[in-house]
Amino acid sequence: MDFVQNFPFFSILLSLGSGVLTSVMNKRAARIWNTFVLTAVSAMSAALFVYMLRVKEPFTFMMGHFPAPWGNEIRAGILEAGMALFFSIIMILSIKGGERHIDSEVEESKVNLFYIMINLLLSSLLALIYTNDLFTAYVFVEINTISACGLIMITQHGRAIEAAMRYMIMSSLGSGLLLMGLCILYDITGHLLMSNIKEKVALVYAQGTYNVPLVASIGMICVGLAIKSALYPFHTWLPDAYGYSTVSSAAILSSLVSKGYIFLLIKIFYRVVGFDIIVDSRIMNIFFVFGLAGMIMGSVNAILENDIRRMVAFSSVAQIGYIYMGFGLGTAFGMVAAVFHILSHASTKSRLFMASAGLSDVSGKSKRFEDLTGSGYRNPIAGIAFMAGACSMVGIPLFSGFISKLLFAQAAVQNSILKLLPALLCLAVSTVLNAIYFMRTVIRIYTPIDAGTVGRKNLKMALGMDIRICPVYTVVLLLMMRLNMLLGCCSQPIVNWIESGLGMFG
Amino acid sequence: MSRLLSEQEYRKTKAFKIKRWYRGERDPYVGNVEIKPQTPVKESAEAKRQRLHDEAIVKRNIYDIERNKKLRLFVKLYKAVSVIFVFALIAVLLYIVSYLPPTGNAANPDNNEVAAKYIEDGLTDTGAVNIVTGMILDYRAFDTLGESNVLFVATCTVFILLRLDSRSKKKQEEENDRIYEPKNDIILQRVAFFLVPMIVIFGIYVILNGHLSPGGGFSGGAIIGSGLILYVNAFGFKKIERFFTQKTYTRICFAALLFYCLAKTYSFYCGAHHLETGIPLGTPGAILSAGLILPLNICVGLVVACTMYGFYAMFRKGGF
Repeated sequence: MDFVQNFPFFSILLSLGSGVLTSVMNKRAARIWNTFVLTAVSAMSAALFVYMLRVKEPFTFMMGHFPAPWGNEIRAGILEAGMALFFSIIMILSIKGGERHIDSEVEESKVNLFYIMINLLLSSLLALIYTNDLFTAYVFVEINTISACGLIMITQHGRAIEAAMRYMIMSSLGSGLLLMGLCILYDITGHLLMSNIKEKVALVYAQGTYNVPLVASIGMICVGLAIKSALYPFHTWLPDAYGYSTVSSAAILSSLVSKGYIFLLIKIFYRVVGFDIIVDSRIMNIFFVFGLAGMIMGSVNAILENDIRRMVAFSSVAQIGYIYMGFGLGTAFGMVAAVFHILSHASTKSRLFMASAGLSDVSGKSKRFEDLTGSGYRNPIAGIAFMAGACSMVGIPLFSGFISKLLFAQAAVQNSILKLLPALLCLAVSTVLNAIYFMRTVIRIYTPIDAGTVGRKNLKMALGMDIRICPVYTVVLLLMMRLNMLLGCCSQPIVNWIESGLGMFG
Repeated sequence: MSRLLSEQEYRKTKAFKIKRWYRGERDPYVGNVEIKPQTPVKESAEAKRQRLHDEAIVKRNIYDIERNKKLRLFVKLYKAVSVIFVFALIAVLLYIVSYLPPTGNAANPDNNEVAAKYIEDGLTDTGAVNIVTGMILDYRAFDTLGESNVLFVATCTVFILLRLDSRSKKKQEEENDRIYEPKNDIILQRVAFFLVPMIVIFGIYVILNGHLSPGGGFSGGAIIGSGLILYVNAFGFKKIERFFTQKTYTRICFAALLFYCLAKTYSFYCGAHHLETGIPLGTPGAILSAGLILPLNICVGLVVACTMYGFYAMFRKGGF
């Protein structure tokens, strides 16, 4: 066994243990330790990713002295390694970029609690990515939910607490459905290990003895995870949770927490039930309809919004709709497009949240559109980052959003006319709606209040101020832009990687 | 009056006190119990007018069911849909249950090699007589590690919400503590005097025998936690702070969870690489047996007890 194969286990245990370690640290030590953990996890995931590119063979890792159906087990393939790398990079950028906001919005003595939540959230995301056992997945879903709740209400602002409450209620409903689904699945297969369940499910499905409970459990698991990842009709917790929490929390929640659940769902599709049975159960059609509804309604709600953070949050509803629409197409290529959109949306949305926080900082902490007029001149870096993010969301070439829309369209074309037509139509309508609200915002932030602020000298000064006052924020925004351009410009290797990763799932 | 003792000595005995209490001459509550009578909230006329005014506006503009047709429709629809939804869910679940394999049938899918190995080899593999403990702390220890971190993260979340860190607020909250419950209740104190040691000892017994008999860290920890809560109810925070403060809480949780993480990291690492851990399993049935299970049970018990008490203290006054 190669030493690199220990890395998934090391990264999960390192982040889990540092949650405990952070509880006795002060603010400064907690921050330094958290940076160290995130960097270490990124480095380990990168090493694993490179190793997997070379080996091209997934491996399992025994957690304890007992082999799999008796003991616990984790499993790593190329998609898992890449996802872990991507998630940890996005997390480190989101935290570093929002550090100043954490300082000003969170009570001094509670900052270390924030880092406890971050460490445990990281460990749960890694466990959801690597797990090969459904019950382990459930346990870490719980950690994920509770720590996300803590991240929302860390500012202890009235609306944030209300948002956390809503999130808790909706999430508990989701967890409950997931647990019931898992129980039924266990009852008809007798296993919790993913590979064993898959064998048994194929057998049970062929015999047809337990088809009703099987379909019901698939439905419950899918709906449970859809509630947790804010698919359209279950999205009511989302705008407040993303709109009123501190900016790092909003970025992490939108780009990682909901994506972690979606990744688990993909894993369940491929590794637990089997893709053919999932397609045969017609749950995909339900995802398709809700995904399309989300794409349109999320954008319509975003247009009606007068608060930049809530607008970006509603745009998340639309983007989650895209991902589920990709599932709904029910083809392997649709899944590839959906996974690509997970990456594309995560890298864009975290940047949009960062940029909108920077813009409202220079507008007297206000998030309303009237006050944001001309803020692109007052904080040039945030303005540029917001504009680039908006371009990516709308789907301008060179940015990642274009590639994901292209992939969705390609996947739709492979389908029958019944799905092809609504998918293409909704893609077009949603793109136009996206353009309406994002371009409106961009125009708003570049409308000067008076001619004096626009001059080259002023801009230079503002840029200099940016770099001097918050160098980390500037670097983070530039890195995020770079990441997004990378996804947009070198998409083919990434699509190949996703395809081979999904192939390893089977 | 007594015939054997002098008047003065008789006055010191318990019998005399009980007699006085029986006759109604002395109330042990008087002078001992601290209770703050609740004062009705007073509102200045100006504030009251403002409040009524605001309420009227809210009612008229938002909750005016009479004129706001949209809201009226929504409320009615909401009720109807939720009733339909709940009944539909019940019907669907009952329908599913009727298709599930019958309970206790030997041919059920869950009666397979997994359960068989737990029952047959559980004792020799883990050294624990109680195979449930063997399962959760040895076979599937990773899940349990996650589960104890769920408790930890839950307390941290409650800390975010309820912990008061400014000193003045803390003091105010401490003074207000007796609004809700009387302090120094003599009946409660006497009962707690007998019950608390027994509860705590029973909790310790359940934890230490987790690998031998039903119970373990989670249940034993819950028992100890309830003992601590009873103690603080009877004797107040001042007494419990002589041995249990926030610092104690942090240290215990930190040490227990860190030991748990490190021990399991070691054991997982050895397991994955097929190395011997060097931890003896001992003779099954002895108290010092089953390898890591006993120390892990103690850790889980400590964490659970601290969590229970921590929740109570947070909700009661926002601190320890």
